[in-house]
Amino acid sequence: MERYYQKEIETMPREEIKKLQSEKLVKQVKHAWDNVPYYRAKMEAVNVTPDDIRGIEDLHKLPFITKDDLRECYPYGMLARPLKDVVRIQSTSGTTGRRVVKFYTQDDIDIWEENCARAIVAAGGTEEDVVQVCYGYGLFTGGAGLHGGAHKVGAMTLPMSSGNTDRQLQFMEDLQTTILACTPSYAAYLTEQIVERGLKDKIHLKAGIFGAEAWSEEMRHDMEDTLGFKAYDIYGLTELGGPGVSFECKEQNGMHINEDHFLAEIIDPNTLEQLPNGTYGELVFTALSDSAFPLIRYRTRDVCILNDEPCSCGRTHIRMGKLKGRSDDMLIVKGVNVFPSQIETVLIDKGYKANYQIVVDRQKHSDTIDVMVEMTPENFSDNLGEIEKKEKELVAALKAMLGILVKVHLVAPKSIERSEGKAVRVIDKRKI
Amino acid sequence: MKISQITVFLENRAGQLAEITAELDANNINMRAINIAETAEYGLARIIAEDSEKAVQILKDKGFAAMLTDVVAIGVPHRAGGLNDILQIIAAAGIDIEYMYSLIGEQDGIAYMVFRTKDADALQKELADKGIF
Repeated sequence: MERYYQKEIETMPREEIKKLQSEKLVKQVKHAWDNVPYYRAKMEAVNVTPDDIRGIEDLHKLPFITKDDLRECYPYGMLARPLKDVVRIQSTSGTTGRRVVKFYTQDDIDIWEENCARAIVAAGGTEEDVVQVCYGYGLFTGGAGLHGGAHKVGAMTLPMSSGNTDRQLQFMEDLQTTILACTPSYAAYLTEQIVERGLKDKIHLKAGIFGAEAWSEEMRHDMEDTLGFKAYDIYGLTELGGPGVSFECKEQNGMHINEDHFLAEIIDPNTLEQLPNGTYGELVFTALSDSAFPLIRYRTRDVCILNDEPCSCGRTHIRMGKLKGRSDDMLIVKGVNVFPSQIETVLIDKGYKANYQIVVDRQKHSDTIDVMVEMTPENFSDNLGEIEKKEKELVAALKAMLGILVKVHLVAPKSIERSEGKAVRVIDKRKI
Repeated sequence: MKISQITVFLENRAGQLAEITAELDANNINMRAINIAETAEYGLARIIAEDSEKAVQILKDKGFAAMLTDVVAIGVPHRAGGLNDILQIIAAAGIDIEYMYSLIGEQDGIAYMVFRTKDADALQKELADKGIF
């Protein structure tokens, strides 16, 4: 029999969900208007006041919030509660101009953890389970989210954080981990290692909850067939609290959005008009419950489809399909957001030309990123050691900017194709 | 003798070196020596040509990363110990050689070596003091 973490809410009739969303939206808009001058100004700019918003049918009247707005508001501009009520921040990775800081009250954290708990229960998790969390801990939301969710479920939590594969496998074997939570690429690596080290008979995994980066059905089947467990997708973004915005159930056919907390829309990224369910477009979320950081109509740039057909698991919350891509130039590599403009900034800073090419690929289920960089007179030398030293400095600067290791390839000047108009800067060979 | 050497950046792919020699050929520039240094990812071609100034300009105009470097060309007697005599002098003077390679000369019985050190003038003077040119 299907189990739920919060049955009443997760199986609430759709009409009631919509009613709940309408009530919460009205309150949330008022909250943002009263406490976030930046958002109030945005509303005033389009001549909308909280009185104009009487329910979700009025959502389209509200202005969007974009990542640029968040950057503009960094760090405290979007904060809607006094600091004394704020108990935590989490942040996106990297040391970039695109950094996003998300604030939480204790209630915000409880809701976030409950959302993750719903995902764990949907994956079959109970208080009997041993949940090994090998998402990164720290500012990254992955570790904290699944950790909190596992606590709420009452499972035994292994706060492993990422890396140290030897230790991961040792604990997995010794403590008989039943649920694994990490990025899909790390899960694929662990799967490979389990096979290579002959540990298949010694592990007891029944489910995996994998998110923070896009992954394919092929990857899912590979892992499931090899280890004999079920691999579930989970979605979220730091701006909305982290993982647990939506999650897969046993159907493994779309992720149920926690609609009591997140109001989803699909828009045409060009006209910004709302699109009907079942149409591909840009996903937009309104956080209905977040009190410290109330994002309204936040443009995720993720392109996907919404499905409101009933699901056999009994959950009534709408499902979102796998992400089809991005409506901007952002790449997600190894779970990290990468903007070509960040790479460009580093290249120019280090005396290289802004003519470059990024090649993203996936080898053995793990993302790779290579950057072709043209040699310049400033960086050229008769001494190979000098060239190598500068190349190493460039790699280090890219690592500092992006938080991931980038492979640099020096090529001859003007050897990278110049195209008319918009240059082809990014070649993504991954098949997701 | 202090001379100018051309250094050109080489991408690690088939045909790259031939593109450089084709340019020099098209401009009727004779090479006296060429030496390749390589890493896993790229390389450097070091060339002594009859008109280095002109050659480097041609290559730059064609989009190659190219530059001139001062090196010292020394005649080495074509006999056992010929090079050793010279290296002993350089070693005794505490001069660090970054790299060296041979150069085609026109005089019989003498081999030429190209030496790259931090200070070409210092090397030239050290050897000239010992009667080596």
